[in-house]
Amino acid sequence: MNGAGTDAGGLDNGRPSAVVVRGLVKRYGEVEAVRGIDLDVAPGETFGFLGPNGAGKSTTINMLCTLARPTAGSATVAGHDVVTGRDEVRRNIGLVFQDPTLDTYLTAEQNLRFHAELYGVPRAQLDERMRQVLDMVGLWDRRANRVQTFSGGMRRRLEIARGLLHSPRVLFLDEPTVGLDPQTRSSIWGYIGELRRAKHITIFLTTHYMDEAEYCDRIAIMDHGKIIALDTPAALKASVGKDRVQLHTADDEAAITALRERFELTAAVHEGMVTFAVAEGEQFVPRLFAELGVPILSVSVARPSLDDVFMSYTGSTIRDRESGQRPMMPWLAGRVR
Amino acid sequence: MSTITDPVRVSIPERSWRHDARAVKVVLQRELIRFWQDRIRIVIALVQPALFLFVLGSGLASLTSAGSGGFDLRTFLFPGVLAMSVMMPAMFSAASIVFDREYGFLREMLVAPVSRSALVIGKCLGGAIVATGQGLLVLAMAPIVGIPYSLGWMVSAVGLMFVLSFTLTALGVMAAGRIKSFQGFMALVNMIMMPMLFLSGAMFPLTGLPAWLSALTHANPLTYAVDAVRRVIFDHVPISETSRAVLVPGVHWGGWLVPVVVETAIVAAIGVAMLAVAAAEFRRTE
Repeated sequence: MNGAGTDAGGLDNGRPSAVVVRGLVKRYGEVEAVRGIDLDVAPGETFGFLGPNGAGKSTTINMLCTLARPTAGSATVAGHDVVTGRDEVRRNIGLVFQDPTLDTYLTAEQNLRFHAELYGVPRAQLDERMRQVLDMVGLWDRRANRVQTFSGGMRRRLEIARGLLHSPRVLFLDEPTVGLDPQTRSSIWGYIGELRRAKHITIFLTTHYMDEAEYCDRIAIMDHGKIIALDTPAALKASVGKDRVQLHTADDEAAITALRERFELTAAVHEGMVTFAVAEGEQFVPRLFAELGVPILSVSVARPSLDDVFMSYTGSTIRDRESGQRPMMPWLAGRVR
Repeated sequence: MSTITDPVRVSIPERSWRHDARAVKVVLQRELIRFWQDRIRIVIALVQPALFLFVLGSGLASLTSAGSGGFDLRTFLFPGVLAMSVMMPAMFSAASIVFDREYGFLREMLVAPVSRSALVIGKCLGGAIVATGQGLLVLAMAPIVGIPYSLGWMVSAVGLMFVLSFTLTALGVMAAGRIKSFQGFMALVNMIMMPMLFLSGAMFPLTGLPAWLSALTHANPLTYAVDAVRRVIFDHVPISETSRAVLVPGVHWGGWLVPVVVETAIVAAIGVAMLAVAAAEFRRTE
């Protein structure tokens, strides 16, 4: 059952893989949200799912968490099949969803106790464990306050504490920092980093922030329901091998034509700038000024980022993709299921 | 900040009936906590029964005194008002499922490694306790309408209110399994409650009704609950035989007077059946 899961990023230490996915498909009527994905996540690994909204990340997580039934294919989490071993999977995973799932009328402590009872956490260990997880997210002093009085960041921290309360082997975080201010985002990543270093727990997260994917041991880039690249962030960036050059010009159309005709480079307008990839960009810029023939207002050269990785695999940046797909009422997008 | 190097790594025991019992208990406890926090709801829920008892009951008294042989109409209405007083809180408990779905908390419950039946049972028991507690406040008004306190009828009445509350909560939970919007749920509750109340004998004796109306009252679970409460109470109220025959005729199947025990069993059985349907609904949802 777990034979295929022993080569994940060199992190394996003889234990079976934390997550094994084979040919996983999810169809909703005509729509194929997940179109046959395979992956292995090693115990203790922090694994990131990166992709624009609507790429199939949340659907995949829902299947791994036993909240959605796969249409085809199989998946095991912590050694148990997500369909036939549903309860076993649930006992071994912690979940933090995109949308809040706290009872805001209860106190932080009451929320945790509720969770502990539902998960059958032994009472003898509960108080100590509760203190530990609340300490970790800095909410011990606020344990007797109702969640109503908590800010968005505090609520998310409490959800992380709750997800860890029953010592899960795999912690799923679906967009853990979406909608949070930068300071809270970084503190949440602090906790995730702590968990990651301790290596007691496998972390499986989704994000559409490129900079957050950098924190992961490995990332899978997902687009249109498929995994289009899967490796460590460094290896993915190395695979691009080119620098990204962005120009402000007096005439973008002419600049794109000139780049194609004179330098055989494919450029396109992304985020309002003429953008293209070229090896050794810093040496290329002087030639550009000399030979382009279109006035250049500004230029920037960047080493490959995950944005470039995404672009090189999909032909667009993740932000372009999202603005192109934004529903009519974006404030509804997170609510409607 | 401490590091999470897991000194207290908890290990969850195998799933067992004890684990499910803990789940039942904690869902129930949450119901009680929420009810207690929402004390204003307790007061609001008293308004409607009081209105029926003291305004409608007093207002109609002059009209009906001839027909009831001088018997206080409010005494007659009291058992029906008791039943009514548990309806709203029971439905509110069930409605919290719709809220929990809206605000995400339902998901926290549905992904837990416990049986969905345990969650539904906890919810129905919690709703039943809360609604019975509400009913106790109305029960305390008994002497005002000429029914003296006595342990005999009070114990039975509380038991009956609990059974009725349980069944009504199960009905609401069953509906909440299908109806996802709060507006839709409340519309359904309003649509069901008034006819149930009118067809239950809470307002008037169910004698001499047209056949179609009589058939409807016999199919209404509330009929059996109201009748059982009324019979239990009227055993302890001084009343003439003629008034009793008019006001407390009992429910008959053919010519058979259905005993209070059977009436109670009917209400309980309907509750258990609806609970089973509700549990099946929640088991199906992904």
